[in-house]
Amino acid sequence: MDFLNAIVLLLNYLFVPALSYGSQLALGAIFVSLIYGILRFAYFTAGDLMSFGTMFTILFTWYFQSLGINLGFLPTALLAMPFGIVITILYVLIKDKLVFSYYRTQKSPPVMLAMVSIGTMFVTQAIVRIVIGPFDRRFFDGEKFILKANEFKEMTGLNEGLTIKSTQVITLLVTIIVVSILFWFLNRTKTGKSMRAYSDNEDLALLSGIDPKKVVMITWIIAAILATIGGALYGLDKSFKPFTYFNNMLPIFAAAIVGGIGNPFGAFLGGYVIAFSEILLTYAYRKFFVYILPESLEPDSLLQLLSTDYKFAVSFSILVIVLLFRPSGIFKGKVL
Amino acid sequence: MRKNLDVISAYAIMLGLIILVGFLQSWSMALSILCFCLISAVMTMGANIQWGYAGLINFGIMGYTALGGLAAVLVSVPPVKEAWQVGGFNMILCAFLIALIVFSVRFIIKKYNKSAKKNYGIAAVIIVGLILLRLISGPAIESIEAVNPATTGFLGGMGLPILFSWIVGAFFAGALAYIIGKIALGLRADYLAIATLLISEIVIAVIKHEDWLARGVKNVIGLKRPVPYEVDLQTKEWFINLVEKFNQGALNLITDTLERQELLKQLVIESSTVFVKLCFAGLFTVVVIILLIITQKALYSPWGRMMRAIRDNEEAANAMGKNVVKQHLLIFVLGSAIVGIAGAMMVTYDGLFTPGSYRPMRYTFLIWVMVIVGGSGNNFGAILGGFAVWFLWVEAAPIALFLINFFTSGLEETNAFKVHLVNSIPYFRFLMMGVGLLLIMRYRPRGILPEKIKQI
Repeated sequence: MDFLNAIVLLLNYLFVPALSYGSQLALGAIFVSLIYGILRFAYFTAGDLMSFGTMFTILFTWYFQSLGINLGFLPTALLAMPFGIVITILYVLIKDKLVFSYYRTQKSPPVMLAMVSIGTMFVTQAIVRIVIGPFDRRFFDGEKFILKANEFKEMTGLNEGLTIKSTQVITLLVTIIVVSILFWFLNRTKTGKSMRAYSDNEDLALLSGIDPKKVVMITWIIAAILATIGGALYGLDKSFKPFTYFNNMLPIFAAAIVGGIGNPFGAFLGGYVIAFSEILLTYAYRKFFVYILPESLEPDSLLQLLSTDYKFAVSFSILVIVLLFRPSGIFKGKVL
Repeated sequence: MRKNLDVISAYAIMLGLIILVGFLQSWSMALSILCFCLISAVMTMGANIQWGYAGLINFGIMGYTALGGLAAVLVSVPPVKEAWQVGGFNMILCAFLIALIVFSVRFIIKKYNKSAKKNYGIAAVIIVGLILLRLISGPAIESIEAVNPATTGFLGGMGLPILFSWIVGAFFAGALAYIIGKIALGLRADYLAIATLLISEIVIAVIKHEDWLARGVKNVIGLKRPVPYEVDLQTKEWFINLVEKFNQGALNLITDTLERQELLKQLVIESSTVFVKLCFAGLFTVVVIILLIITQKALYSPWGRMMRAIRDNEEAANAMGKNVVKQHLLIFVLGSAIVGIAGAMMVTYDGLFTPGSYRPMRYTFLIWVMVIVGGSGNNFGAILGGFAVWFLWVEAAPIALFLINFFTSGLEETNAFKVHLVNSIPYFRFLMMGVGLLLIMRYRPRGILPEKIKQI
């Protein structure tokens, strides 16, 4: 019984939150990785693009709410998401036309493009803050829990409760759907294959008649879709605050690099690696050991490896370690 | 003279703008803009050395700035004796332990060949070391933080004049840059950018949450100043006489002695803040000029030519027998040390150390905008960038307000759209920075004052 309690404890406080946080990171990391592979630069606007998409999702959510449209037990944001995605796609395409395409035709070095993306980061941040303000916003509605701690306790008779928030399940389901469609697209369709070819060897791809404009456009569209979905899911699960989204850029980059930048599948797993290690290393294991060890051995300290303040630092340290020992990432991406 | 016409005119315009602020807003405001412009100029010089001379991207500027600030605290604050008594011994022991870990890892790396076992060995040493560190430092940190937590709760500093911290800050930042450089300099340019950005976040996290070091987010306030305090100045005979002399004209107009006294008092209070800021501006100018002379000399020395050669073609420089890795490390450390000086200067000026205020937007990306806008590779350009961008950053709000009022003049004061825009004025500065950066990168990619190569 104690053993089961310990497992449920870990499930509740470690596994479930890490899984949903990891999915949100993974979505971001995939598009950063794709942009890196195909457009060949580090896209510093990543976090702010997510907040841009989320912002429009929120605006549409409010609009639908004012019309009285909702999805019952599901959050209205799911209905608003496609509209947010469309606007974000328009935004990235306009941005590409106005800003990035010039540097591509000039064949500027990747560093230059990364700098340019800092410029667009400033602009995007300004737009988001001017339109919706810098404040913390919650836009979740619908049923909050799928499984409440009390219900679980009654059901199983254990001491520890297991809470599953509906946002966590939604996050996981949406991620699975989106990611499977994405990988199907990249591996099975002609456009997807041409994208991968372009990412592998640009000159060869151009020689074999792949239209670079189309590849670039599709990349941006995918980026906008993933950014909006990832951002909106994060906002549903926690809350929407532009500054947090900007900060999320850092673990997303860490995930993309850890997974092997330029390799979308690696980035997907990288998101979970970062999320799990962040939560595993900053969790206080005391209660777990209280359950698992005999009474005489019970620990009296918190048994926390690192204080939660270092959450971010953990992912960055992992990044540094990976960079030191396996610079191309855990799952071989582009070689540095 | 003619050759440098663009430099001179650009700086003249910049100074003219600051003086304009003095006339339109207030002299105190103009001087504080000037001080921060000078601090920004030091930061951009550091970044410019790395990016302009050597082509290294360093997005960790925030980390070095914070370390410079930390140096200011550790140098100037008097030591907290009680805290040293309760926890000092353990903390010193920890320092030794860290040194021991580092040396044993180095020993393993040197002694054994590359293998999986070696990696495990290194990991084991580090993990055991960290656990020991936790055990030794844990109780000490607790007792240190318990010493008078409202005002101290940290080990304190050395109680030296704060000016020393400008040098110490440089050493701190340089030491960090050495470690980062060892880890990350082999990476490709944009990886280096990301890695440095993340490492600077780690530095901030440590400074924020290790309260025993510098009180963390509880901030250290009331740092000593290298210049007189306003309150002291206001009572000094010579200062009052000076103010009287300067405002002779205005004072002579008033015949009533009481009123005259009142006005003089007012003027003394106003001019004391101006005087203090003037002192700061003077100190900072000295630093900027010294650094400018040194960096200019370095740029046109054989060493500077070598750095440019490495920047423009690494492989060719390597083939000519230049040690690219070593030079990169050197320039990385030098540039970061200069940023460290700027960090210490800033904390000295503010008189307080607030780790919570270090954010990458303000301390990393803004500095990069300055370097790119000003002109990378050209020290005068970088300094000008620091001035121009900081000026715009501060004055963005009034400019935005003016523009909003201009474009929405047809709307009523209570129009919801207008009110919303006016309320979001602070964020227009991001827009201006972004658009400015994009425009400069598109139409003048080498900056306002581009790099000039002297032909020999």
